[in-house]
Amino acid sequence: MKLWEIAHSRTGDKGNISNISLIVYDIANYELIKEKVTPEAVKEWFKDIVKGEVKRYELPQLGALNFVMYDALGGGVTRSLALDKHGKSLSSYLLDIDI
Amino acid sequence: MKKIRIGSGAGYAGDRLEPALEMIKKGSIDYIGFECLAERTIAIAQKAKLADPNKGYNGLLEYRMDKVLPLCHKHKVKIITNMGAANPQSAVDVVCKIAKEKGIKGLKVAAVYGDDVLDNLDKYKDITVWETGRPLSELDGIISANAYMGIEGIVEALKNDADIVITGRVSDPALFLAPLVYEFGWDLNNYDLLGKGTLIGHLLECGGQATGGYYSDPGKKDVDELWNLGFPIAEVSENGEFIITKTEGSGGIVSKDTLTEQLMYEIHDPTTYLTPDCIADFSNVKFTQKNKNIVEVKGATGREKTSTLKVSLGYKDCFIGEGEISYAGPGCLERAKLAAEIVEKRLKLTDVDYDELRIDFIGINSIYKNSCRKYSTPEEIRLRVAARTKNEYDAVQIGNEVETLYTNGPAGGGGATKYVNEIVSVASILINRGDIEAKVIYREVK
Repeated sequence: MKLWEIAHSRTGDKGNISNISLIVYDIANYELIKEKVTPEAVKEWFKDIVKGEVKRYELPQLGALNFVMYDALGGGVTRSLALDKHGKSLSSYLLDIDI
Repeated sequence: MKKIRIGSGAGYAGDRLEPALEMIKKGSIDYIGFECLAERTIAIAQKAKLADPNKGYNGLLEYRMDKVLPLCHKHKVKIITNMGAANPQSAVDVVCKIAKEKGIKGLKVAAVYGDDVLDNLDKYKDITVWETGRPLSELDGIISANAYMGIEGIVEALKNDADIVITGRVSDPALFLAPLVYEFGWDLNNYDLLGKGTLIGHLLECGGQATGGYYSDPGKKDVDELWNLGFPIAEVSENGEFIITKTEGSGGIVSKDTLTEQLMYEIHDPTTYLTPDCIADFSNVKFTQKNKNIVEVKGATGREKTSTLKVSLGYKDCFIGEGEISYAGPGCLERAKLAAEIVEKRLKLTDVDYDELRIDFIGINSIYKNSCRKYSTPEEIRLRVAARTKNEYDAVQIGNEVETLYTNGPAGGGGATKYVNEIVSVASILINRGDIEAKVIYREVK
Protein backbone atom coordinates (compact mmCIF):
# COMPACT_ATOMS: atom_id res chain seq x y z
CA MET A 1 0.00 0.00 0.00
CA LYS A 2 1.23 3.44 -0.86
CA LEU A 3 1.10 6.24 1.73
CA TRP A 4 -1.12 8.09 -0.78
CA GLU A 5 -3.95 5.67 0.08
CA ILE A 6 -4.12 6.76 3.73
CA ALA A 7 -2.45 10.15 4.01
CA HIS A 8 -1.99 13.57 2.44
CA SER A 9 0.88 16.00 2.42
CA ARG A 10 2.06 19.56 1.67
CA THR A 11 5.57 20.89 1.15
CA GLY A 12 6.99 24.28 2.13
CA ASP A 13 10.48 25.74 2.01
CA LYS A 14 12.80 28.08 3.88
CA GLY A 15 16.15 28.73 2.23
CA ASN A 16 17.75 25.34 1.61
CA ILE A 17 15.37 23.51 3.98
CA SER A 18 12.30 21.56 2.88
CA ASN A 19 9.37 21.03 5.26
CA ILE A 20 6.92 18.22 4.40
CA SER A 21 3.82 17.37 6.39
CA LEU A 22 2.24 13.92 6.38
CA ILE A 23 -1.35 13.74 7.62
CA VAL A 24 -3.53 10.62 7.87
CA TYR A 25 -7.18 10.86 6.78
CA ASP A 26 -8.24 8.43 9.52
CA ILE A 27 -6.60 8.98 12.92
CA ALA A 28 -6.57 5.18 13.39
CA ASN A 29 -3.69 5.04 10.89
CA TYR A 30 -1.48 7.45 12.83
CA GLU A 31 0.42 4.74 14.74
CA LEU A 32 1.10 2.97 11.44
CA ILE A 33 2.76 5.96 9.79
CA LYS A 34 4.56 6.80 13.03
CA GLU A 35 6.08 3.32 13.00
CA LYS A 36 6.82 3.06 9.27
CA VAL A 37 7.69 6.58 8.15
CA THR A 38 10.76 7.17 10.28
CA PRO A 39 13.24 10.01 9.65
CA GLU A 40 15.66 7.33 8.44
CA ALA A 41 13.15 5.97 5.92
CA VAL A 42 12.45 9.46 4.60
CA LYS A 43 16.16 10.26 4.34
CA GLU A 44 16.69 7.04 2.35
CA TRP A 45 13.71 7.78 0.07
CA PHE A 46 14.97 11.28 -0.75
CA LYS A 47 18.67 10.34 -0.80
CA ASP A 48 19.29 11.77 -4.28
CA ILE A 49 17.81 15.12 -3.26
CA VAL A 50 18.38 15.59 0.48
CA LYS A 51 22.02 15.99 1.47
CA GLY A 52 21.50 16.83 5.15
CA GLU A 53 19.66 15.59 8.21
CA VAL A 54 15.94 14.72 8.35
CA LYS A 55 14.11 15.65 11.57
CA ARG A 56 10.61 14.47 12.45
CA TYR A 57 8.06 16.24 14.68
CA GLU A 58 4.91 14.49 15.90
CA LEU A 59 1.40 15.95 16.21
CA PRO A 60 -0.64 12.94 17.39
CA GLN A 61 -3.87 14.89 18.02
CA LEU A 62 -3.89 15.83 14.31
CA GLY A 63 -2.64 12.46 13.05
CA ALA A 64 0.29 14.26 11.53
CA LEU A 65 4.07 14.09 11.21
CA ASN A 66 6.23 17.02 10.13
CA PHE A 67 9.50 16.28 8.34
CA VAL A 68 12.18 18.93 8.16
CA MET A 69 14.86 18.07 5.62
CA TYR A 70 18.12 20.03 5.67
CA ASP A 71 20.33 20.82 2.68
CA ALA A 72 17.47 19.64 0.51
CA LEU A 73 16.90 22.24 -2.19
CA GLY A 74 20.03 22.32 -4.33
CA GLY A 75 21.59 25.23 -2.44
CA GLY A 76 18.35 27.10 -1.79
CA VAL A 77 15.31 28.35 -3.60
CA THR A 78 17.06 31.23 -5.36
CA ARG A 79 20.16 29.47 -6.69
CA SER A 80 18.91 25.92 -7.19
CA LEU A 81 19.18 24.62 -10.75
CA ALA A 82 16.08 22.45 -10.31
CA LEU A 83 12.93 23.06 -12.32
CA ASP A 84 10.94 22.96 -9.07
CA LYS A 85 13.25 25.19 -7.05
CA HIS A 86 10.95 25.24 -4.02
CA GLY A 87 10.67 21.45 -3.98
CA LYS A 88 6.89 21.92 -3.88
CA SER A 89 6.24 18.62 -5.63
CA LEU A 90 8.21 16.57 -3.08
CA SER A 91 4.99 16.09 -1.07
CA SER A 92 3.57 13.88 -3.82
CA TYR A 93 6.81 11.94 -3.94
CA LEU A 94 6.62 11.25 -0.19
CA LEU A 95 3.14 9.76 -0.71
CA ASP A 96 4.64 7.30 -3.20
CA ILE A 97 6.39 5.41 -0.37
CA ASP A 98 5.18 1.80 -0.01
CA ILE A 99 4.32 0.74 3.52
CA MET B 1 -18.47 39.33 23.63
CA LYS B 2 -16.80 41.53 21.02
CA LYS B 3 -15.83 39.70 17.85
CA ILE B 4 -13.60 40.78 14.98
CA ARG B 5 -13.70 39.30 11.50
CA ILE B 6 -10.46 39.49 9.59
CA GLY B 7 -9.87 38.16 6.10
CA SER B 8 -6.97 37.32 3.84
CA GLY B 9 -6.94 39.17 0.51
CA ALA B 10 -3.76 37.73 -0.98
CA GLY B 11 -1.39 34.85 -0.25
CA TYR B 12 1.54 36.09 -2.32
CA ALA B 13 2.72 39.07 -4.38
CA GLY B 14 0.97 38.09 -7.61
CA ASP B 15 -2.19 36.52 -6.20
CA ARG B 16 -5.70 36.79 -7.72
CA LEU B 17 -7.79 39.81 -6.81
CA GLU B 18 -11.46 38.88 -7.17
CA PRO B 19 -11.59 36.59 -4.09
CA ALA B 20 -10.62 39.67 -2.04
CA LEU B 21 -13.32 41.79 -3.73
CA GLU B 22 -15.97 39.13 -3.07
CA MET B 23 -14.86 38.91 0.55
CA ILE B 24 -15.08 42.68 1.09
CA LYS B 25 -18.59 42.65 -0.41
CA LYS B 26 -20.00 39.54 1.25
CA GLY B 27 -17.67 38.50 4.08
CA SER B 28 -18.84 40.95 6.79
CA ILE B 29 -15.19 41.59 7.60
CA ASP B 30 -13.66 44.39 9.67
CA TYR B 31 -10.12 44.03 8.31
CA ILE B 32 -8.48 42.57 5.23
CA GLY B 33 -4.78 41.69 5.08
CA PHE B 34 -2.82 41.37 1.85
CA GLU B 35 0.42 39.39 2.32
CA CYS B 36 2.56 40.14 -0.73
CA LEU B 37 6.22 39.97 0.28
CA ALA B 38 8.22 36.77 -0.10
CA GLU B 39 11.79 36.49 1.18
CA ARG B 40 13.41 37.67 -2.04
CA THR B 41 10.71 40.09 -3.22
CA ILE B 42 12.04 42.99 -1.19
CA ALA B 43 15.52 42.70 -2.74
CA ILE B 44 14.00 42.95 -6.20
CA ALA B 45 11.87 45.91 -5.03
CA GLN B 46 15.02 47.59 -3.69
CA LYS B 47 16.55 47.34 -7.16
CA ALA B 48 13.45 49.03 -8.62
CA LYS B 49 13.74 51.80 -6.01
CA LEU B 50 17.39 52.40 -6.90
CA ALA B 51 16.38 52.88 -10.54
CA ASP B 52 13.45 55.19 -9.61
CA PRO B 53 13.15 56.57 -6.04
CA ASN B 54 9.34 56.68 -6.38
CA LYS B 55 9.11 52.93 -7.06
CA GLY B 56 9.98 49.83 -5.06
CA TYR B 57 6.49 48.96 -3.85
CA ASN B 58 4.42 45.96 -5.02
CA GLY B 59 3.90 46.08 -8.78
CA LEU B 60 0.20 45.28 -8.44
CA LEU B 61 -0.50 48.01 -5.87
CA GLU B 62 -2.26 50.34 -8.33
CA TYR B 63 -4.23 47.47 -9.92
CA ARG B 64 -5.38 46.18 -6.54
CA MET B 65 -6.17 49.52 -4.90
CA ASP B 66 -8.11 50.77 -7.89
CA LYS B 67 -10.71 48.06 -7.20
CA VAL B 68 -10.26 47.53 -3.44
CA LEU B 69 -10.38 51.15 -2.20
CA PRO B 70 -13.96 52.02 -3.23
CA LEU B 71 -15.26 48.70 -1.86
CA CYS B 72 -13.42 48.98 1.45
CA HIS B 73 -14.62 52.55 1.84
CA LYS B 74 -18.21 51.50 1.20
CA HIS B 75 -18.14 48.47 3.51
CA LYS B 76 -15.95 50.09 6.20
CA VAL B 77 -13.14 47.56 5.95
CA LYS B 78 -9.61 48.51 7.02
CA ILE B 79 -6.67 47.35 4.93
CA ILE B 80 -3.32 46.10 6.22
CA THR B 81 -0.66 45.08 3.73
CA ASN B 82 3.09 44.71 3.21
CA MET B 83 2.73 45.89 -0.39
CA GLY B 84 4.99 48.81 0.56
CA ALA B 85 7.95 46.45 0.08
CA ALA B 86 11.08 48.64 -0.22
CA ASN B 87 9.12 51.89 -0.36
CA PRO B 88 5.99 52.14 1.85
CA GLN B 89 6.15 55.96 1.78
CA SER B 90 5.69 56.10 -2.00
CA ALA B 91 3.04 53.38 -1.81
CA VAL B 92 1.03 55.60 0.52
CA ASP B 93 1.25 58.49 -1.96
CA VAL B 94 0.02 56.17 -4.72
CA VAL B 95 -2.96 55.05 -2.61
CA CYS B 96 -3.89 58.65 -1.78
CA LYS B 97 -3.72 59.60 -5.46
CA ILE B 98 -6.06 56.74 -6.39
CA ALA B 99 -8.44 57.66 -3.55
CA LYS B 100 -8.61 61.27 -4.82
CA GLU B 101 -9.27 60.11 -8.38
CA LYS B 102 -12.10 57.94 -7.09
CA GLY B 103 -13.59 60.80 -5.10
CA ILE B 104 -13.05 59.00 -1.78
CA LYS B 105 -12.87 61.38 1.18
CA GLY B 106 -12.01 61.03 4.85
CA LEU B 107 -9.28 58.46 4.39
CA LYS B 108 -6.16 58.14 6.54
CA VAL B 109 -3.29 56.13 5.14
CA ALA B 110 -0.19 55.11 7.12
CA ALA B 111 3.24 53.94 6.05
CA VAL B 112 5.13 51.71 8.49
CA TYR B 113 8.88 51.52 7.92
CA GLY B 114 12.16 51.39 9.80
CA ASP B 115 12.96 47.85 8.67
CA ASP B 116 15.65 48.94 6.19
CA VAL B 117 19.13 48.56 7.72
CA LEU B 118 21.15 48.60 4.50
CA ASP B 119 23.00 51.78 5.52
CA ASN B 120 23.94 50.35 8.94
CA LEU B 121 25.48 47.05 7.87
CA ASP B 122 28.99 48.11 8.94
CA LYS B 123 27.82 47.68 12.49
CA TYR B 124 27.08 44.01 11.83
CA LYS B 125 30.11 43.06 9.76
CA ASP B 126 31.38 40.49 12.26
CA ILE B 127 28.02 38.72 12.67
CA THR B 128 27.87 35.22 11.18
CA VAL B 129 25.59 34.74 8.19
CA TRP B 130 23.38 31.64 8.70
CA GLU B 131 23.62 30.32 5.18
CA THR B 132 27.39 30.70 4.69
CA GLY B 133 28.66 30.31 8.25
CA ARG B 134 31.03 33.22 7.47
CA PRO B 135 31.10 36.84 8.72
CA LEU B 136 28.80 39.32 7.01
CA SER B 137 31.82 41.32 5.80
CA GLU B 138 32.60 38.45 3.39
CA LEU B 139 29.18 38.58 1.68
CA ASP B 140 29.55 40.57 -1.55
CA GLY B 141 26.96 42.35 -3.67
CA ILE B 142 24.39 43.11 -0.94
CA ILE B 143 21.50 45.17 -2.37
CA SER B 144 18.96 45.00 0.45
CA ALA B 145 18.84 44.39 4.21
CA ASN B 146 15.52 44.39 6.01
CA ALA B 147 14.66 43.40 9.55
CA TYR B 148 11.47 41.47 10.19
CA MET B 149 9.55 43.87 12.39
CA GLY B 150 6.62 42.91 14.61
CA ILE B 151 3.23 44.49 15.15
CA GLU B 152 4.30 47.76 16.88
CA GLY B 153 4.15 50.07 13.88
CA ILE B 154 0.83 48.70 12.63
CA VAL B 155 -0.78 48.92 16.08
CA GLU B 156 0.43 52.52 16.41
CA ALA B 157 -1.07 53.38 13.01
CA LEU B 158 -4.42 51.82 13.96
CA LYS B 159 -4.43 53.70 17.29
CA ASN B 160 -4.06 56.89 15.26
CA ASP B 161 -7.13 55.96 13.22
CA ALA B 162 -5.44 54.81 10.01
CA ASP B 163 -7.87 53.18 7.56
CA ILE B 164 -5.06 51.70 5.49
CA VAL B 165 -1.67 50.57 6.78
CA ILE B 166 1.10 49.87 4.29
CA THR B 167 4.30 48.32 5.60
CA GLY B 168 7.74 47.30 4.47
CA ARG B 169 9.13 44.11 5.97
CA VAL B 170 7.13 42.86 8.92
CA SER B 171 6.54 39.23 9.84
CA ASP B 172 3.64 37.82 7.80
CA PRO B 173 1.46 36.93 10.84
CA ALA B 174 1.92 40.50 12.18
CA LEU B 175 -0.42 41.78 9.44
CA PHE B 176 -3.23 39.85 11.13
CA LEU B 177 -2.09 39.84 14.76
CA ALA B 178 -1.77 43.65 14.90
CA PRO B 179 -5.48 44.49 14.40
CA LEU B 180 -6.43 41.91 17.07
CA VAL B 181 -4.02 43.43 19.60
CA TYR B 182 -5.40 46.89 18.76
CA GLU B 183 -9.10 45.94 18.83
CA PHE B 184 -9.00 43.81 21.97
CA GLY B 185 -6.28 45.76 23.77
CA TRP B 186 -4.26 42.58 24.26
CA ASP B 187 -1.34 42.95 26.64
CA LEU B 188 1.96 42.59 24.75
CA ASN B 189 3.26 40.44 27.59
CA ASN B 190 0.35 38.00 27.32
CA TYR B 191 2.24 35.57 25.13
CA ASP B 192 -0.55 33.04 25.24
CA LEU B 193 -2.89 35.45 23.42
CA LEU B 194 -0.12 36.52 21.05
CA GLY B 195 0.47 32.83 20.25
CA LYS B 196 -3.22 32.42 19.38
CA GLY B 197 -3.16 35.57 17.24
CA THR B 198 0.01 34.37 15.53
CA LEU B 199 -1.74 31.12 14.61
CA ILE B 200 -4.58 33.15 13.10
CA GLY B 201 -2.02 35.06 11.05
CA HIS B 202 -0.26 31.86 10.03
CA LEU B 203 -3.51 30.24 8.87
CA LEU B 204 -4.54 33.35 6.90
CA GLU B 205 -1.26 34.55 5.43
CA CYS B 206 -1.24 32.17 2.46
CA GLY B 207 -4.74 33.05 1.26
CA GLY B 208 -6.41 30.15 -0.56
CA GLN B 209 -4.03 27.58 0.93
CA ALA B 210 -6.32 27.44 3.99
CA THR B 211 -9.56 26.98 2.06
CA GLY B 212 -8.85 24.14 -0.35
CA GLY B 213 -6.28 25.76 -2.61
CA TYR B 214 -3.09 23.75 -3.13
CA TYR B 215 -4.98 20.79 -1.66
CA SER B 216 -7.13 19.02 -4.26
CA ASP B 217 -6.17 15.52 -5.42
CA PRO B 218 -9.09 14.27 -7.53
CA GLY B 219 -10.61 11.08 -6.13
CA LYS B 220 -8.78 11.48 -2.82
CA LYS B 221 -9.32 15.09 -1.86
CA ASP B 222 -12.08 16.68 -3.91
CA VAL B 223 -12.81 20.40 -3.66
CA ASP B 224 -16.02 22.13 -4.80
CA GLU B 225 -15.60 24.86 -7.41
CA LEU B 226 -11.85 25.21 -7.06
CA TRP B 227 -11.95 27.72 -9.93
CA ASN B 228 -14.07 29.96 -7.68
CA LEU B 229 -11.92 29.51 -4.56
CA GLY B 230 -12.87 31.74 -1.63
CA PHE B 231 -10.18 33.12 0.68
CA PRO B 232 -10.15 32.51 4.47
CA ILE B 233 -11.77 34.61 7.18
CA ALA B 234 -11.09 34.34 10.93
CA GLU B 235 -13.80 35.33 13.38
CA VAL B 236 -12.00 36.06 16.63
CA SER B 237 -13.24 36.59 20.17
CA GLU B 238 -11.57 38.77 22.75
CA ASN B 239 -10.19 35.72 24.61
CA GLY B 240 -8.39 34.54 21.47
CA GLU B 241 -10.84 31.78 20.54
CA PHE B 242 -11.62 31.73 16.85
CA ILE B 243 -13.16 29.96 13.92
CA ILE B 244 -11.93 29.87 10.34
CA THR B 245 -14.42 30.13 7.49
CA LYS B 246 -14.53 31.62 3.98
CA THR B 247 -16.63 33.96 1.89
CA GLU B 248 -20.26 32.88 1.56
CA GLY B 249 -21.04 31.49 -1.89
CA SER B 250 -17.43 30.92 -2.90
CA GLY B 251 -15.77 27.64 -3.90
CA GLY B 252 -13.28 25.66 -1.83
CA ILE B 253 -13.57 23.96 1.57
CA VAL B 254 -12.59 24.71 5.13
CA SER B 255 -11.97 21.49 7.03
CA LYS B 256 -9.66 19.92 9.59
CA ASP B 257 -7.61 18.55 6.68
CA THR B 258 -7.18 21.82 4.76
CA LEU B 259 -6.25 23.64 7.96
CA THR B 260 -3.85 20.94 9.16
CA GLU B 261 -1.92 21.24 5.89
CA GLN B 262 -1.71 24.99 6.35
CA LEU B 263 -0.92 24.78 10.07
CA MET B 264 2.18 22.69 9.33
CA TYR B 265 3.24 24.71 6.31
CA GLU B 266 6.85 25.89 6.72
CA ILE B 267 6.79 25.87 10.53
CA HIS B 268 9.56 23.33 11.18
CA ASP B 269 9.34 22.63 14.95
CA PRO B 270 5.64 23.05 15.88
CA THR B 271 6.53 23.92 19.50
CA THR B 272 8.78 26.81 18.46
CA TYR B 273 7.50 29.08 15.72
CA LEU B 274 9.72 32.14 16.01
CA THR B 275 8.21 35.52 15.23
CA PRO B 276 9.18 39.07 16.24
CA ASP B 277 6.20 39.22 18.63
CA CYS B 278 6.38 35.87 20.43
CA ILE B 279 7.48 32.27 20.16
CA ALA B 280 4.26 30.53 19.17
CA ASP B 281 3.57 26.90 20.07
CA PHE B 282 1.22 25.10 17.65
CA SER B 283 1.95 21.59 18.94
CA ASN B 284 -1.39 21.18 20.76
CA VAL B 285 -3.70 22.78 18.21
CA LYS B 286 -7.01 21.01 17.59
CA PHE B 287 -9.60 21.57 14.88
CA THR B 288 -13.34 20.94 15.32
CA GLN B 289 -15.72 21.12 12.37
CA LYS B 290 -18.64 23.19 13.70
CA ASN B 291 -20.59 23.45 10.48
CA LYS B 292 -19.95 23.21 6.74
CA ASN B 293 -16.86 25.36 6.10
CA ILE B 294 -16.68 26.52 9.72
CA VAL B 295 -13.86 25.12 11.84
CA GLU B 296 -13.10 25.98 15.45
CA VAL B 297 -9.40 26.20 16.28
CA LYS B 298 -8.08 25.78 19.81
CA GLY B 299 -4.85 25.04 21.63
CA ALA B 300 -2.24 27.52 20.38
CA THR B 301 -0.04 29.05 23.06
CA GLY B 302 3.04 31.25 23.17
CA ARG B 303 6.22 32.10 25.02
CA GLU B 304 8.27 35.25 25.44
CA LYS B 305 9.84 36.66 22.28
CA THR B 306 13.58 36.45 21.65
CA SER B 307 15.95 39.38 22.15
CA THR B 308 16.93 39.37 18.47
CA LEU B 309 15.32 40.10 15.11
CA LYS B 310 16.07 38.39 11.82
CA VAL B 311 17.45 40.50 9.00
CA SER B 312 17.03 39.22 5.47
CA LEU B 313 19.84 40.24 3.11
CA GLY B 314 19.40 40.27 -0.66
CA TYR B 315 22.63 39.95 -2.65
CA LYS B 316 23.69 39.57 -6.25
CA ASP B 317 24.69 35.93 -6.32
CA CYS B 318 25.14 34.44 -9.79
CA PHE B 319 23.59 33.83 -13.20
CA ILE B 320 21.58 30.81 -14.28
CA GLY B 321 21.50 29.88 -17.97
CA GLU B 322 18.99 27.33 -19.27
CA GLY B 323 18.02 25.65 -22.51
CA GLU B 324 15.31 23.13 -23.38
CA ILE B 325 14.45 21.03 -26.43
CA SER B 326 11.92 18.22 -27.01
CA TYR B 327 12.18 14.78 -28.66
CA ALA B 328 9.25 12.46 -29.41
CA GLY B 329 8.39 8.98 -30.72
CA PRO B 330 10.51 5.80 -30.84
CA GLY B 331 13.98 6.29 -29.36
CA CYS B 332 13.21 9.74 -27.98
CA LEU B 333 15.03 9.15 -24.68
CA GLU B 334 18.17 7.90 -26.44
CA ARG B 335 18.16 10.97 -28.70
CA ALA B 336 17.68 13.28 -25.71
CA LYS B 337 20.59 11.54 -23.92
CA LEU B 338 22.78 11.98 -27.01
CA ALA B 339 21.77 15.66 -27.15
CA ALA B 340 22.77 16.13 -23.50
CA GLU B 341 26.15 14.50 -24.13
CA ILE B 342 26.72 16.84 -27.09
CA VAL B 343 25.92 19.92 -25.03
CA GLU B 344 28.28 18.87 -22.23
CA LYS B 345 31.14 18.25 -24.70
CA ARG B 346 30.46 21.53 -26.51
CA LEU B 347 30.58 23.49 -23.24
CA LYS B 348 33.98 21.93 -22.53
CA LEU B 349 35.24 22.56 -26.05
CA THR B 350 34.25 26.23 -25.97
CA ASP B 351 35.59 26.77 -22.41
CA VAL B 352 32.30 27.80 -20.87
CA ASP B 353 32.87 28.34 -17.17
CA TYR B 354 30.17 27.13 -14.80
CA ASP B 355 29.96 26.23 -11.09
CA GLU B 356 27.31 23.52 -11.42
CA LEU B 357 25.54 21.88 -14.35
CA ARG B 358 22.23 20.03 -14.21
CA ILE B 359 20.68 17.84 -16.89
CA ASP B 360 16.99 16.90 -16.64
CA PHE B 361 14.90 14.66 -18.82
CA ILE B 362 11.51 16.26 -18.27
CA GLY B 363 8.90 13.50 -18.14
CA ILE B 364 11.27 11.15 -16.33
CA ASN B 365 13.46 12.71 -13.66
CA SER B 366 13.27 16.51 -13.57
CA ILE B 367 11.32 16.53 -10.31
CA TYR B 368 12.26 13.28 -8.58
CA LYS B 369 15.89 12.43 -8.82
CA ASN B 370 15.98 8.84 -7.67
CA SER B 371 18.72 6.63 -8.98
CA CYS B 372 16.88 3.47 -7.80
CA ARG B 373 13.75 4.14 -9.82
CA LYS B 374 12.80 2.32 -13.02
CA TYR B 375 11.03 4.23 -15.75
CA SER B 376 8.68 3.06 -18.46
CA THR B 377 9.51 4.13 -22.02
CA PRO B 378 8.16 7.62 -22.52
CA GLU B 379 6.24 8.92 -25.54
CA GLU B 380 8.10 12.19 -25.46
CA ILE B 381 10.96 13.77 -23.57
CA ARG B 382 12.08 17.34 -23.02
CA LEU B 383 15.78 17.83 -22.38
CA ARG B 384 16.64 20.63 -19.98
CA VAL B 385 20.17 21.85 -19.37
CA ALA B 386 20.76 24.42 -16.62
CA ALA B 387 23.98 25.85 -15.21
CA ARG B 388 25.01 28.33 -12.57
CA THR B 389 27.72 30.74 -13.73
CA LYS B 390 29.62 33.70 -12.35
CA ASN B 391 29.04 35.90 -15.39
CA GLU B 392 26.31 36.51 -17.89
CA TYR B 393 28.32 35.55 -21.00
CA ASP B 394 28.76 31.96 -19.82
CA ALA B 395 25.09 31.72 -18.83
CA VAL B 396 24.04 32.75 -22.35
CA GLN B 397 26.14 29.95 -23.87
CA ILE B 398 24.11 27.25 -22.05
CA GLY B 399 20.90 28.03 -23.93
CA ASN B 400 22.79 28.66 -27.16
CA GLU B 401 24.35 25.20 -27.09
CA VAL B 402 20.90 23.67 -26.63
CA GLU B 403 19.41 25.76 -29.43
CA THR B 404 22.12 24.77 -31.94
CA LEU B 405 20.97 21.16 -31.51
CA TYR B 406 18.30 22.11 -34.07
CA THR B 407 20.62 21.76 -37.06
CA ASN B 408 23.58 20.05 -35.41
CA GLY B 409 22.10 17.55 -32.97
CA PRO B 410 20.06 14.32 -33.07
CA ALA B 411 17.04 13.93 -35.38
CA GLY B 412 13.70 15.53 -34.66
CA GLY B 413 14.54 18.00 -31.89
CA GLY B 414 11.86 20.67 -31.57
CA GLY B 415 10.58 23.56 -29.50
CA ALA B 416 13.93 24.84 -28.26
CA THR B 417 13.79 27.63 -25.68
CA LYS B 418 16.51 29.45 -23.74
CA TYR B 419 16.68 31.73 -20.70
CA VAL B 420 19.21 33.68 -18.68
CA ASN B 421 18.47 35.02 -15.22
CA GLU B 422 20.54 37.14 -12.89
CA ILE B 423 20.02 35.60 -9.48
CA VAL B 424 19.48 37.63 -6.34
CA SER B 425 19.76 35.32 -3.34
CA VAL B 426 18.86 35.86 0.29
CA ALA B 427 20.87 35.29 3.44
CA SER B 428 20.07 36.01 7.08
CA ILE B 429 21.62 37.43 10.23
CA LEU B 430 20.25 38.12 13.70
CA ILE B 431 20.57 41.59 15.22
CA ASN B 432 19.59 43.11 18.57
CA ARG B 433 15.91 43.91 18.78
CA GLY B 434 16.70 47.34 20.21
CA ASP B 435 18.42 48.40 16.96
CA ILE B 436 15.08 48.56 15.14
CA GLU B 437 12.38 51.10 15.75
CA ALA B 438 9.18 51.17 13.71
CA LYS B 439 8.40 54.55 12.16
CA VAL B 440 4.96 55.62 11.00
CA ILE B 441 3.93 58.51 8.75
CA TYR B 442 0.40 59.49 7.75
CA ARG B 443 -1.29 61.02 4.72
CA GLU B 444 -4.91 62.07 4.69
CA VAL B 445 -7.35 62.44 1.84
CA LYS B 446 -9.85 65.01 3.10
